[in-house]
Amino acid sequence: MKKTVEEINEKIRNGSAVILTAEEVSQMSEKNSPEEIFKKVDVVTTGTFGAMCSSGAFVNFGHADPPIRMEKVKLNNVPVSAGLAAVDVFIGASEEAENNYKYGGAHVIESLIKGEDVKLEASAKGTDCYPRKEIRTTINKNNVNEMYLYNPRNAYQNYPSAVNTSDKLIYTYMGNLLPQMGNVNYSTSGELSPLLNDPELRTIGIGTKVFLCGAQGFVSWHGTQFDTSVEKNSKGIPIKNSRTLALIGDMKKMDPKFIKAAYFHKYGVSIFIGVGIPIPILDVDIAKFVSIKNRDIETIVADYGTDGHPEIARTNYQELQSGSIMLNNKKIRTAPLSSISKARIIAEKLKEQIRDGSFVITKPVQNLPNNTSLNNLEIRGDE
Amino acid sequence: MKIRFILTFSTETTNLPIINNLIKEHDISVNIIKADISSGEKGTAFIEMNGKESELNLALEFLKKNKVEYQSVDKYIHLNEDECIHCGACTAVCFAGALEMKGNKLQFETEKCIVCELCVDACPFGLFEIHFG
Repeated sequence: MKKTVEEINEKIRNGSAVILTAEEVSQMSEKNSPEEIFKKVDVVTTGTFGAMCSSGAFVNFGHADPPIRMEKVKLNNVPVSAGLAAVDVFIGASEEAENNYKYGGAHVIESLIKGEDVKLEASAKGTDCYPRKEIRTTINKNNVNEMYLYNPRNAYQNYPSAVNTSDKLIYTYMGNLLPQMGNVNYSTSGELSPLLNDPELRTIGIGTKVFLCGAQGFVSWHGTQFDTSVEKNSKGIPIKNSRTLALIGDMKKMDPKFIKAAYFHKYGVSIFIGVGIPIPILDVDIAKFVSIKNRDIETIVADYGTDGHPEIARTNYQELQSGSIMLNNKKIRTAPLSSISKARIIAEKLKEQIRDGSFVITKPVQNLPNNTSLNNLEIRGDE
Repeated sequence: MKIRFILTFSTETTNLPIINNLIKEHDISVNIIKADISSGEKGTAFIEMNGKESELNLALEFLKKNKVEYQSVDKYIHLNEDECIHCGACTAVCFAGALEMKGNKLQFETEKCIVCELCVDACPFGLFEIHFG
């Protein structure tokens, strides 16, 4: 029993396709077997809206007259990487502005998407073909040639929840963690999360079309720190951070409602990225995977108050989303960091776009790796 | 009238039954919202006093006489709701229970807020502001 992407797209075209969000299908699975879901449902839409530091954007400014081969470049006072051709730069989302650590590349990216003017300052040594040595002007989405998001690591498949057993309040990318296990923070949209609905990435690979910040983007590669060696639970779901995606998309078409620059206190600048991925229900196995519910998705509780962030417990997203969990016989409040309400909006929006034919389901050009593990950075002396 | 104060007790005053006497000797009601007072240490208490203005003034005189510093809290926390994405990061630090997730949406019950200000740093978008007056 199998369906193909072509058959599903044909059903979408003739209006007979059944498209549900990941939450809707999880609810349906309470009364329907994977076989029934395979027969009844064609596409499941997922969504997530969380902080993804490993994001950035390429911009090409166009040439001035006389031209400049830009070497040092700042956008709204944020240094950007100019070690590329004359007027190409890469804005790193977490790069901080000079003199304002709460403002960074993420804010520049958000401004560009909003259509705001951004101050450009660049300098160079000057060459025979690029004689100009300095330039100051403003750029925006209409006067640059290209501006596209290129995020090396997005849409983490699961992530450990964070607690702090130390006696001090600590400030992390997982939010403010109160001393003596005052809170547990978590950052995954649970049963709505893209890669948790297709844990082995059977339908997601290079070339898969995705919802990226309101535009249609693509999976360009496996994301950095892509790890398939993580322990799985009985439902086949990794119990901590494992697979990731590198995503690309046209910023000129993005909607500022689905991207937001952030600053985590005493940590730094980051960016919230809205990602939605449709999962075609090609066989019963995939139907089984999209049926997972928050209680089926486990994650570890990592202690950020101890070096190495060791695992001290395990929990699941039903418990985490309930508002509190029990740890060492103590009831501890939980707080989310990724917006479930936005994730839900993304999954709904993607459902509408597929239904009205503006978002066509794609088959990956190539699968992502299935046998990876991570290296640590060794400190090697030069003796 | 109702006013909120942060009281600071010196190491010498933490052993004395000051709040007890404050209530006994004045026609006011006192609601202790948050307190951290241990013998031999500097202590703080966040209280709300309710009563006639004349009685409240006498109560403040009494605190002064007993070497308790007080600072009126006429500030409040304002949330820029239009920009809120309902991530929930602020709920992690709100002990007063003023900020809670209800159906994955942030709910801010201002009357529960004790103006501890922890949410100001916890919001990744800087959407909480301290307002005065």
